[in-house]
Amino acid sequence: MSASAATARPRAPGRAGTVHSRRLLVLAGLFAILAVAVMLSVMVGAKPVPPGDVWHALTAQTGTENDIVVRSLRIPRTAVGVMAGVALGVAGALMQGHTRNPLADPGLLGVTQGAAFAMVFGIMALGVTSLYGYIWFGMAGALVASAGVFALGMAGGRGGPTPVTLALAGTAVSAFLYALTSALVLMDQRAMDVFRFWQAGSIAGRDGEVVWQVLPFVAVGLLLALFNAPGLNALSLGEDVARALGQNITLTRSVGVAAITLLGGASVAACGSLSFLGLMVPHLTRPLSGPDHRWLLPYSGLAGAAALLLADVVGRVVARPGELEVGVVLALLGAPFFVALVRRRKPVRL
Amino acid sequence: MSAPAEKARPVSAPAEKATPVSASEEKATTPYARDHRVRERPLRIGPASWTVRPRSAAVALVLLAATALLTALGMRIGDIPMSLAQVVGAVVGDGPDHFVVMELRLPRALTGVLVGAALALAGAVTQAVARNPLASPDVLGVTPGASVSVVAVIVATSSAAGGPGGTLATLGIPLLSLIGGLVGALAVYTLAWRGGLDGYRLVLVGIGVSAVFTNVKYWLLTIGDVNDSGRAMVWISGSLNGRGWEHVVPVAIGLAVLVPPALLGARSLDALRFGDDTVTGLGVRSNLVRSLMVLAAVLLASVATAAAGPIAFVALAAPQVALRLTGAARPPLVVSALTGAALTVAADLVARTAFSPVELPVGVVTAVLGAPYLIYLLIRARRKARS
Repeated sequence: MSASAATARPRAPGRAGTVHSRRLLVLAGLFAILAVAVMLSVMVGAKPVPPGDVWHALTAQTGTENDIVVRSLRIPRTAVGVMAGVALGVAGALMQGHTRNPLADPGLLGVTQGAAFAMVFGIMALGVTSLYGYIWFGMAGALVASAGVFALGMAGGRGGPTPVTLALAGTAVSAFLYALTSALVLMDQRAMDVFRFWQAGSIAGRDGEVVWQVLPFVAVGLLLALFNAPGLNALSLGEDVARALGQNITLTRSVGVAAITLLGGASVAACGSLSFLGLMVPHLTRPLSGPDHRWLLPYSGLAGAAALLLADVVGRVVARPGELEVGVVLALLGAPFFVALVRRRKPVRL
Repeated sequence: MSAPAEKARPVSAPAEKATPVSASEEKATTPYARDHRVRERPLRIGPASWTVRPRSAAVALVLLAATALLTALGMRIGDIPMSLAQVVGAVVGDGPDHFVVMELRLPRALTGVLVGAALALAGAVTQAVARNPLASPDVLGVTPGASVSVVAVIVATSSAAGGPGGTLATLGIPLLSLIGGLVGALAVYTLAWRGGLDGYRLVLVGIGVSAVFTNVKYWLLTIGDVNDSGRAMVWISGSLNGRGWEHVVPVAIGLAVLVPPALLGARSLDALRFGDDTVTGLGVRSNLVRSLMVLAAVLLASVATAAAGPIAFVALAAPQVALRLTGAARPPLVVSALTGAALTVAADLVARTAFSPVELPVGVVTAVLGAPYLIYLLIRARRKARS
């Protein structure tokens, strides 16, 4: 493509190259921010660990107190944070792209409320008590709910669901499940006690086991998202244009929904409800990337992970000796930033 | 159908030629003629005129009848079970049940009707201004603002003072909810205003402000005693339990004051469907209209939330259901309000009978009833579009 442009307009390749290198520069910048966030997340906490000790714990651990803190607490927590942040950022961008609605978040597909209902049901009916039990229930609930939303969005029509039917079907199913969950927790105090903490969203106390449970889902989800980006670009021109360009709309929508389900379901199961992150991050990164999902998705993933970790670090520091849930910090810090950004520049429309 | 009364338009002439029998019924059933069926009729009262769609009027009448029937059915339930005839007799007559029905059951039922109508109307206006089917008073900051202030007070007062009793429960919580809702809306409005009110920016700012309120609410729910969280959850869900005339009157006044201007503004709402340039070209002062309509939605939602809590899903679903029932281009105001009233009353009926004697908060059931119906309408619309 750049070759044909070069013959037509001599200056074109230079300009295209500038855009390309600027995009890479932004990508590198986001990586750097994420790296700083990871460092802070490993170092800061109830017991501050200096960088030298972190290095020591990573390379030549000898079982000192700091080694144990870093290896068994901070690193798993940070890894869960990175995975959930990447997953929610990418899933949010995909969701807003597929519904073409700025109000869409990964939870709109029913993922969040499906997970919540399954967990509460598991606690009440089957007496599940361990966190790992909750995770599988959450994952299963998220998968079933979003499959249901997609099927309902497809029902009665040809081709994939339209943005409006997908969004409305998701909202209806989410509201339905939330109502059932409310009814259950109002009748059972033990479930209520778990549910209220789950609702606030947290990555505290997640150990290495959780990382390995969630990793496969996130990995497959990211892979699907990567394949979905070019198709989503075509779909954002409108379904008719996309069809004329040779896109298989049903396939593109299905792959997108599968990616959102895996990413959103994994993060919700591991960290509870953090919907605002998935909603906010694409709005922050879209001005940097433009409408091209091939760039928007990686930007959103990196920014999501950085935002989640930084919020978590702040949450550990502000409420000493306790901690503030990362979901609460994300809203308290992220929302003003988000509003300021929306006010300062003309929002990039979907 | 209603087509024969109207003058045949020139475009439909070929269809007439093709069927020289010229039976008017037959003409109306051919797809060609159906395209030209009368969809709107003018209605003039003095200097004012509206267009009335026959289909919307029919849907409105059906909904009105359904609401009345469901309200009467709801009033049968209670410690003294009554038949439908007894309920009607107690309302008009002066029998022994008169007090129970007039002082306990009727106000509760009317609160449901009015709150449902007000929330749905607020939702319809918000969705029209934001041009987004997912918008609702949540996005305007009303319900999150109200929720967070009420939860804060429930969590702060209960354990120490043995629960919010007496004055706080009857007067304090509605007032607090009203103030919280209005403050939330004011925050959204001032932050969204930037040399004008853009629907898109309003929605985005609204999400941000709501996220702060909602997450503070989640946090408040985690710090309190689990019993307080449970009580707060009941209020957050929206409940009609124990609502009396003191809850009916404010909502009734709010509707009486706000519905006429909202209906007058409906024509401008039609114009807002287009882009800003077109809106201005059509002679509509877009910022003024948007501000006034948003103000009306905020006031309606705040008053309704103060009376019964933020009953879930009504404001979002009722306009979308009404849109699909009438086949209109934007959420219709009157039909949305009636849909909201019918949905809320039906939900309350189910909430009180399904797990009797346990009564669920009405807001838990609105989504259970409303969501499947909305999904059914979505599927039906797609099926029709295919055939």
